[in-house]
Amino acid sequence: MAQNKSTANEMAQVETIIGRILQVGVIFSAIVMLIGLVMFLITGFSGYNGSYVPRRMGQILVGTWQLRPYAIMMLGVYCLILTPVLRVVVSIYAFYKEHDHLYVAITTLVLFILLVALFIGING
Amino acid sequence: MIQTALIMLAVGVFAGIAGSILGIGGGMIITPILTLGMGLNIKYAIGASIIAVIATSSGSTIAYLRDNVLNLRVAMFLEIATTTGAIVGALLTGVLDPKYLYLLFGCLLVFSGWNMYRKLRRGSEVLQRVEPDKIASKLKLNGTYFDKAENKNIDYQVENVPAGFSVMFGAGVASGLLGIGSGAFKVMAMDTFMKMPLKPSSSTSNLMMGVTAAASATVYFFNGAILPGIAVPMALGILVGAVIGSRIMQILPARWIRIVFIPIILYIGLQMLFKGLGVHF
Repeated sequence: MAQNKSTANEMAQVETIIGRILQVGVIFSAIVMLIGLVMFLITGFSGYNGSYVPRRMGQILVGTWQLRPYAIMMLGVYCLILTPVLRVVVSIYAFYKEHDHLYVAITTLVLFILLVALFIGING
Repeated sequence: MIQTALIMLAVGVFAGIAGSILGIGGGMIITPILTLGMGLNIKYAIGASIIAVIATSSGSTIAYLRDNVLNLRVAMFLEIATTTGAIVGALLTGVLDPKYLYLLFGCLLVFSGWNMYRKLRRGSEVLQRVEPDKIASKLKLNGTYFDKAENKNIDYQVENVPAGFSVMFGAGVASGLLGIGSGAFKVMAMDTFMKMPLKPSSSTSNLMMGVTAAASATVYFFNGAILPGIAVPMALGILVGAVIGSRIMQILPARWIRIVFIPIILYIGLQMLFKGLGVHF
């Protein structure tokens, strides 16, 4: 029973940390998307010819620097996609701090699968 | 252009509320609205939808984490299955004819509606007694949650982990293929197969959707299925809706939530099936 209790307390800590990370990640992405959207609505111009959408990382970063609305919006979307990935990374650390080796391994495997997805996305 | 963005924002708020209450990630609501309602190509609808799924998941998880409803270990363990499935699903999307996407989507909605109806007939929510399970204990999957409606802590155990894991793989494939959170399957894997109570199943499913969707969203992002003019206002609306929805969910009993949504889900499912079959009326 004592062990159950300490596991429960540890989990509460992990969940608080992860909650904060998600909050920061989501709010940051939302702000970036909102800036892009507001610029797009005010200027009525995506920053690119026709219906072109930048989707290579380099293009998006350069476009953001040049204040092109679609580039900023895509950057926000990409940050939003990375938020759950960040959650996985932080969970590995949190489980490591708790000496829960089983869950360090399980969570690392999940991160590895996500990296495979990134590789397939870029090369596919 | 401003009008489109404002409509997307409103659709997002609605889908965020409905999605987080039902634990379905909003994706199942968005794709029908964008395709049936606004005539958008289903591939772009799937792209916007998968972003919306991440927004719903992350948005409502913030609320759930504070309320201790979620089971993080169950989520982590089962994500091995869902992310692998999501990659398989995203790879399949590029190969399939859109009409099959409509058909699959329609079947999925009809199935979800039926699944919710079936649970409704089972009566009000009763915590099932579960035999101590070796795998569940070894993986530390058993948990506790605080039920606001009953105002007490409820301990629960899970069982049948391999079956739950397999259903989760299928849920991942569906998520990657159709750009949905596939929360219906995730909740089913946890509550029907693993005998977890509905509320922790639902919020754990919400959390898992984000990670699962990140796997396929990465593929969609780089292959051009995401249109920022649609996905961005949608995601922003979803974030607002998800926070509102997760508050509503903890006050309402699970039964009422289902009664309201079953006919809507069935109706939309049939519409998608007809579209896939090429029937117009």
